[in-house]
Amino acid sequence: MQTKSTYGTIAVRTAVLIIATLLLFAPFLFQDVRALEVAARICIFIVLVASYDLLIGYTGIVSFAHTMFFGFGAYGAAILLRQMGPGWDAVLLGGLAGVLVSVIVATAVGLLSLRVKAIFFAMITLATASVALVLASQLSQFTGGEDGITYRAPDLFKPATKLMVDADGKVVTLFGVKLNGKLAAYYFVFFTSLALFVLMLRVVAAPLGAVLKAIRENEARAEAIGYRVVAYRTFVFCLSAAIASLAGTVYAVWLKYTGPDTTLSFAIMIDILLMVVIGGMGTMWGAVVGAVLMVMAQYYLRDLMGAAAEATANIPLLPDLLNPDRWLFWLGIIFILLVYFFPRGITGTVMQKGVR
Amino acid sequence: MERISDVMGRLGGVYLLPLILAIVAFVLIGAPSSWATLTVAGLAMGMMVFLMASGLSLIFGLMDVLNFGHSAFISFGAFVAASVLAALSGWLGADNVLLNIAALGLAIIAAMSFGLAAGWFFETVIIRPVYHDHLRQILITMGALIVSEQIILAVWGGTPITVLRPQFLEGAWIIGDVSIEIYRIFAFGLGLAAFIGLYLVLNRTRIGLLVRAGVENREMVEALGFRIDRLFIGVFMVGSALAAVGGAMWAGYETLITPALGGEMMIVVFIVVIIGGLGSIEGTLLGALLVGLTANYVGFLAPKLALASNMILMTAILLWRPNGLRPAVK
Repeated sequence: MQTKSTYGTIAVRTAVLIIATLLLFAPFLFQDVRALEVAARICIFIVLVASYDLLIGYTGIVSFAHTMFFGFGAYGAAILLRQMGPGWDAVLLGGLAGVLVSVIVATAVGLLSLRVKAIFFAMITLATASVALVLASQLSQFTGGEDGITYRAPDLFKPATKLMVDADGKVVTLFGVKLNGKLAAYYFVFFTSLALFVLMLRVVAAPLGAVLKAIRENEARAEAIGYRVVAYRTFVFCLSAAIASLAGTVYAVWLKYTGPDTTLSFAIMIDILLMVVIGGMGTMWGAVVGAVLMVMAQYYLRDLMGAAAEATANIPLLPDLLNPDRWLFWLGIIFILLVYFFPRGITGTVMQKGVR
Repeated sequence: MERISDVMGRLGGVYLLPLILAIVAFVLIGAPSSWATLTVAGLAMGMMVFLMASGLSLIFGLMDVLNFGHSAFISFGAFVAASVLAALSGWLGADNVLLNIAALGLAIIAAMSFGLAAGWFFETVIIRPVYHDHLRQILITMGALIVSEQIILAVWGGTPITVLRPQFLEGAWIIGDVSIEIYRIFAFGLGLAAFIGLYLVLNRTRIGLLVRAGVENREMVEALGFRIDRLFIGVFMVGSALAAVGGAMWAGYETLITPALGGEMMIVVFIVVIIGGLGSIEGTLLGALLVGLTANYVGFLAPKLALASNMILMTAILLWRPNGLRPAVK
């Protein structure tokens, strides 16, 4: 299993390094609001997808409740920021509350259903997640219902905040970028995401990661060697739930809005699934590649498809399928083909190159 | 305690659950007329859900394939039936019961044939290459679900569509102070007919014998020289067609359908299959009735809880019987 020094691995790592550098300097390289939005979304989805990869790629558990945990974190921060006013205490408390709820729910679901077949687990998580979604839109006095909650982030992240002031009391600009609260918010997102991602890299490199792979490859054997499979699975489920919840908190602080569509909806679950499979399961790097490609596609592919739909306007049905809103159709087909022909995804396939 | 469970077992065991549920609800609700209306609504809903769920359960039992794209058949059935009914709106509006029935029959047949064709396509093109690999099965069928939902959006658009009902199924019968919607009776009857048909085929015919044997032990049936892969396709097509008919019935029940219909019903279908135990149609019927009744009773008694009620029911039953009430799979 040593794939350390093949040129495929090197290629993947270089790509990830380039992505990380681009993200680090994103506010300076791409100076418009939409690009910064894309960059922050990529950061958060990398963490979210990587934490999902812990489940599906490393342990072989298929869960459809990942957005639920993402939502717990987001709603925790959102509700407290709304109730307590903008402040770090609200963010911290909200994040902690989100993690706590996530871990409790994950333990309950895990103990109830992780001992049965993988397929049962997938169904039960799907049902749980849908109940969470419905509850979020029903309990409108807490969650704002379908409309969601808008609130203010801590003062540091206000666009009006001046991080550095020059002699005239104006915001200092560095390479044409104003050093204001928006920049601070982006770097908050970037560095928390980086920290969480590095944490996950450590986890899979630790002996725990090896045990998880053993369980994925041969459950009975792992059990026979003496590892308590159910306990490990439940632990990983909780860990990935906690990380997803933290990612949700960060996203809530960045967006200053939390609603069912941005955090809990099934569409996001499908995005995560697509990202993890397109990027490559069980590699962690795959999460980076998948999240970057998908988020870019979400923001920029639609423009391209709009042009294509206009070009084919005379042919029946084709313009309907090329309509920018139908982009998931094409991604779905790509997804199916990938699962058939490249079950390892992009990074997995590339990393195979050079392995004898 | 043992005596009680013994007596219960002789009376029908877990099959008594819907009855017990109905009796408890009767006491809690207090008003016989609302109880009767709710019970009929619950039974009708249960039967429609049974139509959708039975295929999923059988496919899983026989082929060990869990089709997350099953809800696509439900949506397609609903939309195909709605389109046929809309095209035949002249027949539906007519005062002639025969024309009404003809239009309804055509709509159901259209949904069913679509289900058969789509099931064949699904089985041979999408699922065949990934037998015995649960992870890829889940992923592939999810992908197929995404694509099918997008096709529905592209063909029928995202706006809700009104479904026309035949004239003779409109309205309600009023017996005393109990009012019963005729459509519910019809849905119940169709579901019951489907159940009896499935039951007879599975228990009284040679093909049914092979299917049941295949659920029990696939290798042994193959070793005895039967072409079980042909059975697979057959069961898959029938299961998909049943889902499409269930979707069509549900469309008539709701009268306003959106492309999200399949996804919403899928959760209920999963819960039913889990409660009933995978692979047996008796279990599915039991689960469907329990879910239908609970949804209606709780919706009346505690509307706030209605949405979580199915989940609570499932959790309770899984804690009691981790494999569902009547599993047929080893």
